[in-house]
Amino acid sequence: MLVALPILIPLIAACAGLAAAGSRPLRRAFALLGAGGLLVAAMVLFARVWTRGTQVLHVGGWPAPVGITLVADPLSALMVLTAAVLNAAVTVYALGDIDARRQRHGYFSFIHVMLGGVCGAFLTGDLFNLYVWFEVMLISSFVLMVLGGGRPQLEAGTKYVTLSLMSSALFLSGVGILSGIAHTLHMADLAGRLAVAAVERPWPATCAATLLMLAFGIKAAVFPLHFWLPDSYHVTPPAITAVFAALLTKTGVYALIRVFGLVLPPSPYLFGLLAAIAAATMLMGVLGAVAQIHVRRILNVHIVSQIGYMVMGVALLGAPDPATRRLAIAAALFYVVHNMVVKTNLLLVSGAIRAMTGTELLAGLGGLATRAPLTACIFLVSALSLAGLPPSSGFWAKLGIIQAGFEARAWLLTLTALGVGLLTLLSMLKIWNEVFWKPAPADGPVIALSPRRRMLLLSPAAALTVLSVLIGLYPAPLLKAARRAADGLLDRPAYMAAVGLDAGGTPRGEPAGETGP
Amino acid sequence: MLIVMALLVGALGAAAFYLLLARSSLKLLFGLLLLGHSANLLILTSGGLVRARPPIVPRGALEPPAGHADPIPQALILTAIVISFAVLAFAAVLVKREYDLTDTDDTEDMRQTWL
Repeated sequence: MLVALPILIPLIAACAGLAAAGSRPLRRAFALLGAGGLLVAAMVLFARVWTRGTQVLHVGGWPAPVGITLVADPLSALMVLTAAVLNAAVTVYALGDIDARRQRHGYFSFIHVMLGGVCGAFLTGDLFNLYVWFEVMLISSFVLMVLGGGRPQLEAGTKYVTLSLMSSALFLSGVGILSGIAHTLHMADLAGRLAVAAVERPWPATCAATLLMLAFGIKAAVFPLHFWLPDSYHVTPPAITAVFAALLTKTGVYALIRVFGLVLPPSPYLFGLLAAIAAATMLMGVLGAVAQIHVRRILNVHIVSQIGYMVMGVALLGAPDPATRRLAIAAALFYVVHNMVVKTNLLLVSGAIRAMTGTELLAGLGGLATRAPLTACIFLVSALSLAGLPPSSGFWAKLGIIQAGFEARAWLLTLTALGVGLLTLLSMLKIWNEVFWKPAPADGPVIALSPRRRMLLLSPAAALTVLSVLIGLYPAPLLKAARRAADGLLDRPAYMAAVGLDAGGTPRGEPAGETGP
Repeated sequence: MLIVMALLVGALGAAAFYLLLARSSLKLLFGLLLLGHSANLLILTSGGLVRARPPIVPRGALEPPAGHADPIPQALILTAIVISFAVLAFAAVLVKREYDLTDTDDTEDMRQTWL
């Protein structure tokens, strides 16, 4: 039952929020209750998984592989916990940022439905169920994208909806082919049967894997499928951008990690392709940001660059040595958590800047280092963490992924990752110089925030900054959690045993990369 | 039969992408519709085409007859149809709303988000 709570609590909170849409205090109370309840449930679930191992719920009492199984292994629990923490922070921020009209039209309910979809995607043990949760998450994100109207939002919404539906169709096709090969969709069962089927005829599985890679690639915004993201994420209020950046693209990355780590038989061709995609994503994202003149657009283009590092971890699954594979996945997971915290924080800061000055264009900003020292301080810590300077959380994240890259002897990829870190610093310094350091423009309007609004806008950012600094100073707990999540993901027999599948009954090949590049 | 289905899936997919690449936002909508159909038929085909052998356990037996149809693809398609119906309804409203605001269905004339 505990396993289903991170899905149920947001969905119940969404219904309660809609029922109470007419009353401002009730609406806001349900928003906080939903976010707080999800956080508590995620923490309890994580603690339970940590002490007692993988938790499983056979929905409706149907055993695997017939029914749908919800599986909270360390990876799922870690992702749910991170999502819940960030959701709580952004919810507090949204109380001060989202206007009354959007709140009345159900902003918090849609956020909660999205959270339910995201947690469902993290927790499900069934590939088709993953598709369903993706759709739950997507349709609420469609509404959030266009909520409040206006031409830019509608146009961005059209692009986003079109690309998302294309990715869904590709996902569905991939799932269809896999079910045609293996006649099952239970991830653990599928893994065992695909490993056998791929020995005789590898190409149908590779074909399906390519379709899934394209589908998750669009969702995660990897090069060359990233173009929709910088063109749509900056039109919404900053709170929505922050939630999207924290959860949507990362759910795509999670799906890549889960499907390539657990379900699909290793394919040297695909891992080679992923490595090239990872390098191009890192590079194109960081170069694309240099040309931007809008604070939030710079940050959004950087999301793409950072996704490249996570995909690099997935690409290193092609390494021949199992220890390297474990290291790569653990590093990618550390990176995901670090990036979710830091990127969300930067977007919250950009929202606070917009609230204070009324603009996000670099030319109209300046002098905030003296006029808003706390905001400047929060931005600087997060920006340096994003660039990967020690002793920030970004340093450990980059160190892990680069170490894995060197151990896998992927020299070119690793050197790209190192170089992109420097370029990231360049564009963070650009924001710093333009927004905080240069003298304020003469006609720059400054809107004084009420103390209450200031508290709502800045306290979540401050809390996330503290979290990011803590990860930087004491990386051991998160490293340990990421390692355990990686071990749980790559240990296929243990996963099958945990969901109650007889590992002996279903023939199973070694998830080995003896064929790695 | 398999080859006919394969050609149909391909033709639907090709038509879908042709429409998606058109500039009219209405054609975009139809493109998405056809793409969903193409994916659904692909699932049906890849699950194996079986005629008149439903996966129903006969009276007195414990298992359905050998060579029965795989029920999974049909369950998947049914779910996928419902989902794509809902999402397309949303997309249709979105396109209509955008047409109301901009008085054009040419996506090139709608561009607003550049900076």
